[in-house]
Amino acid sequence: MADRIEKRIVLKAPVSRVWRALTDYREFGTWFHVALDGPFVRGQEVRGRITWPGAEHLTMTATVQRIEPERVFSFTWHPYAIDPAMDYSSEPTTLVEFTLEPVPEGTLLMVVESGFAALPPHRRDEAFRMNDHGWSIQTQNIAEYVAPPA
Amino acid sequence: MIGRLSHGNALSIARLAEGSALTRQAISKHLRVLEGAGIVDRARAGRETLYRLEPTRLAEMRAYLDGISRHWDAAFARLKALVEE
Repeated sequence: MADRIEKRIVLKAPVSRVWRALTDYREFGTWFHVALDGPFVRGQEVRGRITWPGAEHLTMTATVQRIEPERVFSFTWHPYAIDPAMDYSSEPTTLVEFTLEPVPEGTLLMVVESGFAALPPHRRDEAFRMNDHGWSIQTQNIAEYVAPPA
Repeated sequence: MIGRLSHGNALSIARLAEGSALTRQAISKHLRVLEGAGIVDRARAGRETLYRLEPTRLAEMRAYLDGISRHWDAAFARLKALVEE
């Protein structure tokens, strides 16, 4: 069974541009919808407030694992840790790893998020709640972002 | 391994290891993770421990991963808009 999620997308932009969008913490924040408090540094933790409507009370915490310029960027985190009253720090994390590869059209970007089977079952229920409240709103945002109202 | 358990039978580690490239230790470790996630359940049958899939939990897990998968699709759509502008 899938203990991981894999995504790949071809972006019509050079690897250097995609690398910046992934690893510059301000740029990362614009598409990931989080206001991070500082840059990504290997081995260090970075925190930020989620910025999508309806989820602004939430904080994201990630620990940077690998930064290999224009090739690999990865961090571990507590995925969709949506209960502000809950201390997630003792729970297993998932690993998010981005890999970049130059292709004729621009950049092939892959993300693999792995380690879900080790998460305690109750975390999955929380994600369902998040689905109901946060993600439907978020999908609407994207539609507006990609195709702004005329 | 999930494939082997998905026929609904309760299987021992020895049975799961038959014809598998994985060692018993590797299977046992994998089972512990799945058990921790509530996806696999175990029961004693005489001297053996048998493992069985929890279909409801497995369905939950799939739905959870689908949700996260959609989240990544959405995030990548925004990333695409950012780097291609």
